[in-house]
Amino acid sequence: MAKRFLRWEWLLVALILAMTAVNTRLSPFFLDSTNLLRASSDFLEIGIMVLPMVFIIITGNIDLSVASTLGISASLLGYLHNAGWNIWAAAGLALLLGALCGLLNGTLIAWLGLPSLVVTLGTFSFYRGLAYVLLGDQAARGYPEQFTYLGQGRLFGTQTPVALLIFGVLVLIFALVLHRTRFGRYLYAIGNNEDASHYSGVPVRRIKLMIYTLSGLVAALAGLILAARFGSTRPDIGSGLELTVITVTVLGGVSISGGKGSMVGAVLSLLLIGVTRFGMGLMNVQGQVQGVVIGLLLILSILLPNLGRWVATRPTFDRNLLLRVGVPLLAAALFGWFFFWSRGLALAIK
Amino acid sequence: MAQALVRFRELGIVAFILVLVALVSLLSPAFLSLDNFRDILLNIAILVIVALGQMLVIITRGIDLSVGSVIGLSAMMVSFTLVVFPGLPLPLTLLLGVALGATLGALNGLIITAGNVPPIIATLGTMSIYRGLIFLYSQGSWVNAFEMPEGFRQLAKAAPLGVPNLILFAAAVVGLMAIFLTYTRRGRDIYAVGSNPDAARFAGIRTQRVIFTVYVISGLLAGLAGVLWASRFEAAQTNTALGFELQTVAAPVVGGVNIFGGSGGVVGVVLGAFLLGIIQNALTLVQISPFWQLAAQGLLILVAVVFDSVVLRRLRRGRT
Repeated sequence: MAKRFLRWEWLLVALILAMTAVNTRLSPFFLDSTNLLRASSDFLEIGIMVLPMVFIIITGNIDLSVASTLGISASLLGYLHNAGWNIWAAAGLALLLGALCGLLNGTLIAWLGLPSLVVTLGTFSFYRGLAYVLLGDQAARGYPEQFTYLGQGRLFGTQTPVALLIFGVLVLIFALVLHRTRFGRYLYAIGNNEDASHYSGVPVRRIKLMIYTLSGLVAALAGLILAARFGSTRPDIGSGLELTVITVTVLGGVSISGGKGSMVGAVLSLLLIGVTRFGMGLMNVQGQVQGVVIGLLLILSILLPNLGRWVATRPTFDRNLLLRVGVPLLAAALFGWFFFWSRGLALAIK
Repeated sequence: MAQALVRFRELGIVAFILVLVALVSLLSPAFLSLDNFRDILLNIAILVIVALGQMLVIITRGIDLSVGSVIGLSAMMVSFTLVVFPGLPLPLTLLLGVALGATLGALNGLIITAGNVPPIIATLGTMSIYRGLIFLYSQGSWVNAFEMPEGFRQLAKAAPLGVPNLILFAAAVVGLMAIFLTYTRRGRDIYAVGSNPDAARFAGIRTQRVIFTVYVISGLLAGLAGVLWASRFEAAQTNTALGFELQTVAAPVVGGVNIFGGSGGVVGVVLGAFLLGIIQNALTLVQISPFWQLAAQGLLILVAVVFDSVVLRRLRRGRT
């Protein structure tokens, strides 16, 4: 088992190196420590939210509400700032609100036994909606410089973002907790067999409550950093980030069905997605088109190993199989052709 | 027992809807008018069509997060085709969207069954991929109302039978789906696979094929919805139906479709969508800030699942 993890992480390293090589060839601006450090800012909020997500997915659950928790916390910060509050008092309350949001998720999931997918889907809308209620169509701006330092500041006269230091410290703490403490072992135990863990004396409910509260608190911290980096808050701040956070976690080898994964894998996967996106950004690839590459990466990372096994166990090609595999692929190819043909004509007319 | 339970669940939503209707009609007399009722139905018609496909997927313990992107891609491709061939007959236009949706759904199904990728991962990936394809295809440009042929723009709106076509489309899908789920063997297989995949396999059901089929149907309905969407809003944009997948999951969940698979029905989904539609409509009529809309929708999902679980627990306790 340990061998399998190891192999996955080496694969990620190889992909990162390959992507770096490709990007270096394609753009002279890629391999530049100043550029790379500056670009890292774009992924730190995501990276911070990945850490508790690793915990949650290892237990076999999910949290779709992280970006909305980020949004409601940042919006509360903006709201209080607009109302003339001291920025640090506002930040403290924003963190508290994030933790409370996580606590609500955790309570519904752990104590009522509701499925995490549905609960966090509900709070995904609920928290984001409350962010809109707080700020409406207003934006909060004009944060004091001490606060924006959190997102825009650089360390030791270099280009190292302050948030990178925060992220680094958090990675160490989360990795130690996951791999070196009893709490961490419990997370794997719950993911492998929740009932068995419960009967073995693992405080399953309390642990679920804790990791969701932690997730909320950390999402609020990410919200503060993002608000500080932008220097302003709008209620839609960070929307859609939950998908990137989950993609990074799963691509890092954390099994969505629970029980497997490591912090090293998650960090490597963040690096891989960061390098890929930054490279594509340098080559002026639109954000939505970058999604195609990230989506393919996510699916292929699980599909390819499985496909090998599937082909190995199914050597006979019967009619049924041909229908199920051949027809969709043929139809997709046909549509692919139709696409580019009709697109050319339509764009010429428009 | 299971039957009685399901019926009881839907009774809960009906009660909730009635209370809400009574409350809102007290606050705003305009709520209880035929015109307003038609407005609500128009607003939820597309949601109902896609949510029914989503329901099939959820019954088999899966989830299809790619439907929003399939709607967007179908809307864009059909609109582009209409720019090239303004005279394309309407049935062919619909067929094009349906075929595209079915193909995209089949790709999902293939990745999930042959590739053994968990549904949430597979469709999370194709959600980004299909959305990116819209950009690659349209180069970021939009299709506006004036570029669409008049006949196509009337497709959703016209009411030759006294009721707008869009509502008729939704009603037809509801009817067909009810027959499919209740009276056909493949429909019953879907419940069997969702309740207990192992038992279903031992009973001779080809589970992989059933799972493949539900993703094809979900994609197909999303493809159909894409054509109707383009016609109703008279536009195809790169962000058409962005985020819509969450509503399509919300409607079945509010309507008592169990996210762990195996149960749920057409009536519940329609009621769930109806409830979402009423809330949206009521907030506007009662003049609550539109900013509350999203929060209310989320709160509704939470209340529905909490209510459901508390009721279920009571029932289970009462039985033993």
